[in-house]
Amino acid sequence: MNAVIKADRLTKQFGDFVAVDHISFEINPGEIFGFLGANGAGKTTAMRMLCGLSRPSSGRAEVAGFDAARYPEEIKKHIGYMSQRFSLYGDLTVAENIRFFGGVYGLGRRQIKEKSNELIARLQLQKEAGQLVRSLPLGWKQRLAFSIAILHDPKIVFLDEPTGGVDPLSRKQFWDLIYETADKGITIFVTTHYLDEAEYCDRLSIMVDGRIDVLGSPGELKAKFKVETMEDVFYLFARRAKNTE
Amino acid sequence: MDRLLNFIKKEFLQVFRDRKSLLMLIGLPVVQIVLFGFALTNEIKNAKIVVVDFAKDIGSQQIITKLASSGYFQIKKTLMNHDQIEAAFKEGNVKLAIVFPDHFYEELLHLHSARIEVLADASDPNTATTLVNYITSIINDYDGQLLPSADVPYQITPEIRMLYNPDLKGAPNFVPGVMAMVLLLICVMMTSISIVREKELGTMEVLLVSPVRPIMVIVSKMIPYLVISLVDLASILLLSVYALGLPIRGSIVLLFAISFVFIITALSLGLLISTVTSSQESAMTLSMLSMMLPTTILGGYMFPIENMPVPLQLLSNVVPARWYYIIIKAVMLKGLGFSYIWKETLILSGMAIFFLVVSLRNFKPRLE
Amino acid sequence: MRVLFYILQKEFLQLSRNRAVLRMLFMSPVIQLLILPMAANYEVKNVNLAIVDHDRSSYSQRFVAKVLSSGYFKLADFGSDYNQAFTLIEKDKADIIVEIPAGFERNLLREGNQKLLLAVNAINGVKALMGSGYLNAIIVDFNNELRSELTAPQSLNPLPVIETNPYYWYNPNMTYPWFMVPGILVMLLTLVSGNMASTNIVKEKEIGTIEQINVTPIKKQYFILGKLIPFWVLGIVIFSIGLLVARVVYGIVPLGNLGLLYLFLAIYLFALLGFGLLISTYSETQQQAHSLTFFFVMIFNMMSGLYTPIDSMPHWAQDITYFIPIKYFVEVIRMIVLKGSTFHDILFHLGAVLAMGIVLNTWAIFNYQKTSR
Repeated sequence: MNAVIKADRLTKQFGDFVAVDHISFEINPGEIFGFLGANGAGKTTAMRMLCGLSRPSSGRAEVAGFDAARYPEEIKKHIGYMSQRFSLYGDLTVAENIRFFGGVYGLGRRQIKEKSNELIARLQLQKEAGQLVRSLPLGWKQRLAFSIAILHDPKIVFLDEPTGGVDPLSRKQFWDLIYETADKGITIFVTTHYLDEAEYCDRLSIMVDGRIDVLGSPGELKAKFKVETMEDVFYLFARRAKNTE
Repeated sequence: MDRLLNFIKKEFLQVFRDRKSLLMLIGLPVVQIVLFGFALTNEIKNAKIVVVDFAKDIGSQQIITKLASSGYFQIKKTLMNHDQIEAAFKEGNVKLAIVFPDHFYEELLHLHSARIEVLADASDPNTATTLVNYITSIINDYDGQLLPSADVPYQITPEIRMLYNPDLKGAPNFVPGVMAMVLLLICVMMTSISIVREKELGTMEVLLVSPVRPIMVIVSKMIPYLVISLVDLASILLLSVYALGLPIRGSIVLLFAISFVFIITALSLGLLISTVTSSQESAMTLSMLSMMLPTTILGGYMFPIENMPVPLQLLSNVVPARWYYIIIKAVMLKGLGFSYIWKETLILSGMAIFFLVVSLRNFKPRLE
Repeated sequence: MRVLFYILQKEFLQLSRNRAVLRMLFMSPVIQLLILPMAANYEVKNVNLAIVDHDRSSYSQRFVAKVLSSGYFKLADFGSDYNQAFTLIEKDKADIIVEIPAGFERNLLREGNQKLLLAVNAINGVKALMGSGYLNAIIVDFNNELRSELTAPQSLNPLPVIETNPYYWYNPNMTYPWFMVPGILVMLLTLVSGNMASTNIVKEKEIGTIEQINVTPIKKQYFILGKLIPFWVLGIVIFSIGLLVARVVYGIVPLGNLGLLYLFLAIYLFALLGFGLLISTYSETQQQAHSLTFFFVMIFNMMSGLYTPIDSMPHWAQDITYFIPIKYFVEVIRMIVLKGSTFHDILFHLGAVLAMGIVLNTWAIFNYQKTSR
């Protein structure tokens, strides 16, 4: 299987500070790949390089077949993205947000209409379609942001701490969405610091001080380190961190 | 007291960490004032004029030379005929056209009278009349020099003494005014934005819920900007004296003391604005868009207040810069003492108190 | 290209929902345009005179009467003590002191010349300057009157006289509103547009929505254009409202071609907004953008030639004004409105502003990085 994301000693430096320290991994199509780590470990910085938002200082990354350093704009055509702050336009309605992002990704008018109806139906936002996004509860915003991120059927969708500040039930519903999407063959790259979510991933890595210290499926890791939960795995490594906030 | 100091420390750190803004807040006003001090003047000089010289004799040549060397005029073009004058005016910068008729000098000597045609662009009425006045007096001069022999009888010579500003530089007139305006606008801008920002980010709630009284929260927000403004003031004064050559004839202590009052007034106005706006955008729009022109035009240093219709004169009373301008002139340039400016100081203090009280009242409901 | 359509749709929607700011954007300039020009008046009247007359002769009285009847001056005080008059200057109650020396009439008749002292409060701006100019002219006039009375009338007037009768073009009533209203309108427009353009992108940076844009395939030219066009439209609307106010309230009807004015407006906005966008790309917070904008806008305000003549500035300052976009518009609007200048006349101005627009917008686009380094 051809890896859909390849990182080879990917590094990001800000002056003397090394935020991402020569990380290497491969992600296969349709995988749900978790990127764990404490705050300040470098997860977001790494993800931003893969999305074409930030230029690598050294090393290579290939996303959807394109070199992240040389063709960031090509990558953007094939990925979806949902940032920590959900980044929908609060002063536009649900429908307007869908229409905008659909148009931006090059979908035709009819396509946008179809997908918009689909999306609204699936999320059951029929009543709220004409409401300004900022008036929606956080959980709904979250799912809406995710749905819009995959509106154009990208190969990969990057989620940066998508479930921050939301109640457990909403988080569960969100992950249901993620599973649905992965079943369609879309690769999911998700950063999180919720350790229970680590269990949901096919494979995951733990970043500490910019390095990937651990990589594998939840089952493998628990067996390897002879612990019961992902939490335990995490604490084995996170304690060594120097860069935690 | 401890808590207050803590608050103040936090505010200072926040402000001083934003290096870019800090640089702008301290460096830029100073640059501006020096720039304006050198560049702005009400005097009219180097006005571009055109000449149509049908005479081309000694008389016209001599007068033209006098005009060109007076410093008031720049001869942009010499035209061939009348019709070209309108085109010259329309082209933009020409302010005046002077036409010498045929046989000018002959007529002057033999008939003892001659006419020169002067056409002025009265778009700006003052420029037009001033230039005409200059021409009249230069020609008058020339007239006087024509007499071959004795002096002109019965000469009244005005001796003009320019008080406070013998070289008629623009700076003594404009710097106090621009200083007042810049300090006012910056203080208003700084406080209103910084406070509204906390509202927008939601951290304001945190502050208000703390055990420190609202007034202390407010005061601690203003203090870093008070310091910055005083630094600005000191730099401006330094540069005014050493780069622009302005005097400080009065007491520096008095100058700083009253500037302190003015700065507080300005900061309080910023505070007031922050209580009525809910986004940084509106705070900025309000302070820049709605305050810049009124402060410039009603401030008293650009246009004479007595010339304005009465309702506008009343309106200008509300502009704090207007009072501060009078104070700076009085203390810095005229060397006067407090007894001359107590009224203005009182008004500024009154404004400050008013702004603070209203702001406080607007703050309180948020706690309920 | 279709992407631009979607971007514009979003921008216009967002703009129309920002009630508070929209209100200010429209109302503030209109209100200021209604009120401020009436105060922007350099007319010379009400110059306060303190007259110190040590002579009290018929000549001095005649002179005083002549001065006061000119309409430019108001008598603040009439006395014989210079120091008293000086206190009035200190208190800003008098602008000029005229001191007539003792024996004025007698000495003039006997020795043929006398001095008059004019002490001018030279930090009072226009009033003092213009006032002393007019006083000078009145003195010369008075002098000529006296001289022609005193010198025996001869068949040949020995003194050659050059008469200059000035004709005033373009502002028949010599009023200030015609001169100031167009300029103030331009200034207001600049404040509005500059302000909006410079903070808009930064707002998205601060909120975080800009990341969502950066991660899409939107080309940065379209993004910037998408910001430019709505404000461009807004600027034209505001300007038109301003012109309407100028006509209805001040009776100002442009002498020249309205279409030409709008052509220049279009290009000017292009440059001005480019400038604002450029500032936006250099700022991380709205506060920074605002401070930077304030700095430049103040310079635009003061050095635009709106209040003080550019020709009177030192040469280096005049050179600086060539880089100030509003200087061109202030000149152009006065030229077109008051003098009926044509396309050919404003060619240089058009070119300059167009060049600025191209440079600034290109720079802004170039400076905007979707991928940060």
